[in-house]
Amino acid sequence: MAEMVLETRDLTVRFGGHVAVNGVSTGFRRGELTAIVGPNGAGKTTFFNLISGQIAATRGRVLLGGADISRKSAADRTRLGIGRGFQMTNLFPDLSVYENVRLAVQAQQRKGGRILRLAEADDKMRDRTVAVLDRVQMGPEAAKPVSTLSHGDQRKLEVAMLIALDPAIYMFDEPTAGMSPDDAPVVLDLIAALAQDRRKCILLVEHKMDVIGALADRIIVLHNGTLVADGDPAAVMASDIVQEAYMGRRRADV
Amino acid sequence: MILKLLSGDRPGSVLLSLILLAILVALAGAPFLFDGTRALDTAARICVFIVLVASYDLLLGYTGIVSFAHTIFFGFGAYGVALSALHLGRGFDALIVGAGAGALAAAALAAVIGLFSLRVRAIFFAMITLAVASAVAVLVSQLSALTGGEDGLTYLIPKALTAAARYGEIPTVTLPWPGADPLTLGGQRITGKIVNYYVIFSGALILILFLLRVVNSPFGRVLQAIRENDFRAEAIGYRVVSYRIAVTVLSAVVASLAGALFAIWLRYVGPDTVLSFEIMIDILLMVVIGGMGTIYGAVIGAVVLLLAQNYLKDLMETAAAGLGDIPLAADLLNPDRWLLWLGVLFVLSVYFFPAGIVGRLRRSRT
Ligand SMILES: Nc1ncnc2c1ncn2[C@@H]1O[C@H](COP(=O)(O)OP(=O)(O)O)[C@@H](O)[C@H]1O
Ligand SMILES: [Mg+2]
Repeated sequence: MAEMVLETRDLTVRFGGHVAVNGVSTGFRRGELTAIVGPNGAGKTTFFNLISGQIAATRGRVLLGGADISRKSAADRTRLGIGRGFQMTNLFPDLSVYENVRLAVQAQQRKGGRILRLAEADDKMRDRTVAVLDRVQMGPEAAKPVSTLSHGDQRKLEVAMLIALDPAIYMFDEPTAGMSPDDAPVVLDLIAALAQDRRKCILLVEHKMDVIGALADRIIVLHNGTLVADGDPAAVMASDIVQEAYMGRRRADV
Repeated sequence: MILKLLSGDRPGSVLLSLILLAILVALAGAPFLFDGTRALDTAARICVFIVLVASYDLLLGYTGIVSFAHTIFFGFGAYGVALSALHLGRGFDALIVGAGAGALAAAALAAVIGLFSLRVRAIFFAMITLAVASAVAVLVSQLSALTGGEDGLTYLIPKALTAAARYGEIPTVTLPWPGADPLTLGGQRITGKIVNYYVIFSGALILILFLLRVVNSPFGRVLQAIRENDFRAEAIGYRVVSYRIAVTVLSAVVASLAGALFAIWLRYVGPDTVLSFEIMIDILLMVVIGGMGTIYGAVIGAVVLLLAQNYLKDLMETAAAGLGDIPLAADLLNPDRWLLWLGVLFVLSVYFFPAGIVGRLRRSRT
């Protein structure tokens, strides 16, 4: 079995009296797409935040390639190869679609410190930006300000930003939430294509069981912040705990 | 070529381009286009304030950082030049050393303020800058042995830059205007004062072109990303705090250079001319009226407000005299009320142009 590229050890965070993620120890391999499921408020997004550094753990560690990154900033974790996508659309609203992607490309190419060159004159950045926009089929939208995009296009752009970062580890947090049946397959196809790359490790929070069934190599289940099941999709989906957890579900996270 | 000098930053509206061009021509030809020392003094102040306000725009408009310490950095440059001119003598080397020392001091103080306060909430940074600004102002008035206290410092600059130096005369050119009165250009003596003006003008021009380059560079784009969504900027791998500190230092250095130019022009520095809180308010007004996050807005804001401050009083005097018979109107236009009218102008401009004059002009383009 391939070694773990990303691991969590006893990862825990407490908000006041509420333990949102509770002692989660697990690991993720290259070439593996892991679906993370659980009801609303189970702690999936918080688990992501702990891994990508948006919040600090109360207890426990995050290891990347065996090295402890628990004390590193979100920016540094991204630079180390953790690409984090957000459940709530989280873009640069007054900038154009092109500029949003270009900023991610620029970050990936480590060019943010250049102060006397022109951002627009860099062919390498432009070519990569155009390629990424093509890949999410958003070329025609390039010049639009993000705030004028439909929800579906904003979600696609969210995925484009991640692709632009070219991370070793992709973290998708409900990438198709609220998307129309027309738009969702575009995003899911992209994720499926990424999953073909055996060097990439993909974490996917998703509710739709058919999607998970089609994409996931493995499922882990969070419930009240605790990891309650972990295994191959068919077995986990058939388990009592998942049946129970999903019986009560009424609506997708917002 | 021009676009390259502007770092590809198109003004984005024909009217705006024309206004900017008119300002450039007026400032470039100020010694010959306008009569009198007061006009030249106003032009020099405009050059200095354009740079000062644009450097503040880098902070507020581009990065979304609110600082009240900008005049302190302006003051550092001005006092740097004043002190070195006083102690190192009347040479150009003293001016350069003074400007350099002022810039270094500004950079160091900005870095310290940034390191200690930019990690935390934005409001905290604003409060720290307010405290530092008051502390420096108090310090400058207390350390009167060094700074001249409230009286400030008067010093000599190289003779080549003063009115005492004569460089000849511009030949008179009469433009035959068909039908109308002939327009006469030239005829003035070229003095060191005019050379001094061109030092200020070129310094300002270079600094503005530099700022345009900065805001269109990859670094400048990160600043805008931070303004739009600092959380996401961090999440795609930009160390937001480092960028905030870097831009605070950069804008402090440019402000200090504006201060150095001002000191070379005035041959006097004092708390009221370079450090006062009123100047800080003026900077804020100029950047808001002109339009934040555009650099060009700083240019227009500085021109509009300085012209208003310098000439509104005169204009009202003339108007009040003209309306001498109508009691209420004359009273309203009493020159002592100029500040009131300035306030009215400000409120109107913010109400009608919330994105500033530049924002308004750009919007009406399509
Ligand atoms: N910053 C926070 N402060 C306090 N409570 C939080 C915070 N973030 C998340 N929570 C709480 O932690 C729990 C888990 O939330 P979340 O991770 O968003 O769940 P999920 O993504 O699985 O729906 C919820 O009860 C939520 O209210
Ligand atoms: Mg969630």
